[in-house]
Order: sequence, then C-alpha cells, then structure tokens
Amino acid sequence: MDNIIQTEGLSFRYEGSDTLALNNITLSIERGSFVAVLGHNGSGKSTLAKHFNAILTPTEGSCHIDGIDTREQDRLYDIRRRVGMVFQNPDNQIVATLVEEDVAFGLENLGVEPQEIRRRVDQALEVVGMEAFKLHAPHQLSGGQKQRVAIAGVLAMRTECIVFDEPTAMLDPRGRAEVMEAMKHLNRNHGVTVVLITHFMDEAAQCDRVVVMDSGSVVLDDSPERVFTQIGALRSLGLDVPQVTEFADLMRRSGINLPEGILTEEACVAEIEKLLTARQ
Amino acid sequence: MLKDITIGQYFAGDSLIHRLDPRIKLILTMLYIAMVFIPTNPAGLIAVALFVVACYGVSGISLSTVRRSLKPILPIVVFTTILNIFFIEGRVLVNLGFVQITYEGLLVSALMVLRIVCLIAGTSLLTYTTSPIALTDAIERLFAPMRRIGVPVHELAMMMTIALRFIPTLIEETDKIMAAQKARGADMESGGLVDRVRALIPILVPLFVSAFRRALDLATAMECRCYRGGEGRTRMRQMQLMPRDMVALVVTVAGLAGVIMLNGWLPSVYG
Ligand SMILES: Nc1ncnc2c1ncn2[C@@H]1O[C@H](COP(=O)(O)OP(=O)(O)OP(=O)(O)O)[C@@H](O)[C@H]1O
Ligand SMILES: [Mg+2]
Repeated sequence: MDNIIQTEGLSFRYEGSDTLALNNITLSIERGSFVAVLGHNGSGKSTLAKHFNAILTPTEGSCHIDGIDTREQDRLYDIRRRVGMVFQNPDNQIVATLVEEDVAFGLENLGVEPQEIRRRVDQALEVVGMEAFKLHAPHQLSGGQKQRVAIAGVLAMRTECIVFDEPTAMLDPRGRAEVMEAMKHLNRNHGVTVVLITHFMDEAAQCDRVVVMDSGSVVLDDSPERVFTQIGALRSLGLDVPQVTEFADLMRRSGINLPEGILTEEACVAEIEKLLTARQ
Repeated sequence: MLKDITIGQYFAGDSLIHRLDPRIKLILTMLYIAMVFIPTNPAGLIAVALFVVACYGVSGISLSTVRRSLKPILPIVVFTTILNIFFIEGRVLVNLGFVQITYEGLLVSALMVLRIVCLIAGTSLLTYTTSPIALTDAIERLFAPMRRIGVPVHELAMMMTIALRFIPTLIEETDKIMAAQKARGADMESGGLVDRVRALIPILVPLFVSAFRRALDLATAMECRCYRGGEGRTRMRQMQLMPRDMVALVVTVAGLAGVIMLNGWLPSVYG
C-alpha cells in the first residue's frame, strides 16, 4: 500500500449546518510526498485535515488512513499514531509547562516506557534544533520556536504523516522560514509525509503537489508548475500566484520569451540570464 | 508590566530542601501542620518556630520573604488577637472599666499569633523550594490511590498543569488588550471604584472570549496527541526516593514526637 491517506467520495456536513463543508472528495496522498492544500477562507481545508486523523469522520463516503477506516472507533489511536497534526496557533497546542515535557506528552499518552520516552524526546528535539531549549518554559520562546516544539511533539510519536494547518500564519518571516525548513527536513531526511495547508503561495510552490479546494471540493490537483501557470483560474478562485510566477507572466505578455512554470526567484534569474546571453 | 508577577513564588536553588523529593516534601508539610496545631502552650510553639527557622537556614531562603506572605492576613491576625486579649476571663492584669486584659487572654493571643506565623512560614517553604510543575506532579502521584474512591486525581493535576501553562500566556494577552483599549481612549487609572470596575469590562470580555477559544483549540490538540485521560498513561520523569528523603522524614517525625512530649509536660493555656 503506498497511499497513507485515501478518501473516497468523502462528504461532510457540520451538525446544524445545511450546506456541505466537504463535497464528494476523492483524494489520495502518497507515502513520503509533500502536498500543499490551498483554498480561500472557508473552502474546507481545515475540515478535510481533521478527517485525516479522525477528529471528524465522514458524513458520506470514506476516509482510510494506512488502510484503516477512520470510522473504526476502537482503532482511533492506531490512526492518531500514524497521522499527527500541527495547528496555526503555537500557543494553543502546547500543553506542558516545560518544552521537554510537552514533547513527551503524546508518548506518555501512548504508555511508552520512561527510558524510551526520554530517548525519543531528545531525538525529536535534536531533529528540529531545539535541544538547547528543553528546559525552557513555552512562553519564553519565539513563535517559530514554539511551532518547532509542537512539531517535535508529533515527531516523537513517530507518526508517518504530519498534517500542518497553516503552521506559519501567525509567524514573522524568520519564524516562517524556520518552520518551512523543519518541514522540508522531515520530508527529505526522515521520510515523513507532509500535508501543508497554507495561504502562502511561495510555500506551496516548494511542495511536490498542489491541491486547490473551493467550497468543499477539490478543483485543481497537480504539480506546482502546472497549477501556478493557470493564473486566471487561480484568480477566479480567490487565490494569488507566487510573485515570480506573476512577474514571468507579465514579461511573457509584453513579448519577452520566458518559459512557463517559473516558481522560484533562482529559476527566474537563471531564465533571464539565459535570455540575455542568447541575445548577445 | 503584568509580566513581572510570578506565580507560586518559587525561588530556584540547589539546597538540601530544594532537592528533596516533592512527594516527601508534601508529606513533611502535612506532618509540620500537625506539629503547629498540637502545642497548647506558647513554649511548645517556640520550639516549632525554632525548627522552621532551622529549615529556612538550610534552604538558603531569607526569613524576611515570609513577611510578604504574612502581610495579606495581618488584619485578621490583629482582629482576633484583640478579641482574645479582651474577652478571655481570668486573672485581671489591666482594668479599663468596660474591658479588662487578663493573663490568660495574653497567653491565648500569643499562642494564636505564633501558630499563624509558624503555619504560614512552614507551608510557604514548600512553595518557595518546589517548582509548581514538581508540586503538581507530586500531588498526582501521592494522591493516585484516591482514584479508587472516586477522586479525579489525574484530571485535577492536569487542570493545574494547564492553568500553570496558560497563566503567563493570559497575562501577556491581558497586557495587549489593555494597551489596545488604552489606544482607543479607555481610561483605567482615574475615577472612583465603580468607574474603575466598569473600565475592566472591555478588558475581561475579550480575555474570556479568547480563553474559551484557546481551550477548544487545546482540547483538539490534546486529542490529536492521543490523550485519553490518566488510564494507561506513563510519565517520562520518574521520581525516586533517596537516602536524604528518608533522613528528612525521620528528623521531622522525631520533631513531631518531641513536640508531643513537650506538650505533655507544659501546662495548657486553655486551663
Ligand atoms: N465547527 C463548525 N460548525 C459549523 N460549521 C463550521 C464549523 N467549522 C467550520 N465550519 C464551516 O465549514 C466550512 C469550511 O470551514 P474550514 O474551517 O474547513 O475552512 P478553511 O478552508 O480551513 O478556512 P480558513 O482558511 O479560514 O482556515 C466553512 O463554511 C465554515 O463556516
Ligand atoms: Mg482553516
């Protein structure tokens, strides 16, 4: 089985609401991939994310995590030790009064042996580069550092997949860079599957795959290069494109022959240099 | 400015008392409370006072810190002392006509004041030398057997931990809200009592709304990390009794026995 997450015609309606928050979503997330989920406010991203570790269960259709149906109540903890979640507000997800105790929280809940907890906590803190802060209180940390502690807490549980729900929304640029770096590191060097919900297009551009949602449905699902070239479609969905992509598009329209699918500044600079040397 | 407030008044340190197992420290504190309530003669309490002064000496915490803890209850102490001095009958020392001061009255008042001072000084030493986290942990472990009679020990300890975790966050938030309301022209420093209390409303309402939001978010985050109550939960940090804990226990029990014996000898002020 190489899909860690598999939904089949998943629909979801919040109790007391008469519209579907999710409408017939069929989506699979491959093990080891790095997937971005985009969509304007209220398009259902967080609702979908909460299905990935059985905080919510489908009203219709199904959601399987590593082959386990999320509706199987007695396998709830099997699901949650496979898929972890990191949320937007770093303050509201740290439980304990010391960094290392917070990282240990999930493992303590799972009933792991004390020495093994110690080992895994130290390891997880090292991976996110927070080992120097293990005896600090959470309120002594910056936003980016708190978010890395939250990541370590999930990592220590050895989840195969981590779903990030706008983890950088409340951070300054430096904190955002720290967290983005940590996510990429986990994905590349530790084989963790990452699902990243974000409003920042430059973050989405760094992923392997981009899923765009609109009013509860998946409307686009492709590589970042192909998604971000559909500038008109994205605009009509209330989304932006990365600045460089927009820049390249404007250049193209004014007759300068830049290729499509430019997502990073480096790629853009390289293409422009190529054009200039070709002209000489 | 609110950030300066410290909760629980823990003074980090490395003294013998700091290093005692927090569970033992809780038990010692309970023994000590018994020690404070047994004497029926001021002389017995003076012995207890000497014991607590010795403990402060070992802990390296200055006795003057106790003064601050005593301040809030000073009015109650003064009030009951006055009542005791004037209304206990016995050998009259001073006669003011409508009231009289008696020898017995003075003894009972002295006993009571000493008792309150000893009680506050001794129990404060627990919070001065034990971090709030260690204390919460100790309460959970020490009272774990009470789960069998239906006391939600784990839940209470978890609530204390979360409260300790969020106090600094909420204090910071209060600061921010106050600054925001001041920027909109709210006046919090002038006017009478009613005006000032009214000025708190625009601070408390947003604070409560945000606290509830945080609580909901935190509950979801805890669920995501497989929290399911105290059942089957292990702890990373283990507590282990050391020889020093046993020594402290023996010394305190001996002290308690001494106080009981001394009290048998001395005449009771209650007649
Ligand atoms: N607890 C709830 N009860 C009822 N309706 C809800 C609840 N939470 C969300 N909704 C509704 O479900 C829809 C999808 O919300 P969701 O939070 O999943 O959107 P989102 O894409 O995460 O938005 P955002 O970018 O603002 O985080 C919205 O219309 C929202 O109003
Ligand atoms: Mg959301």
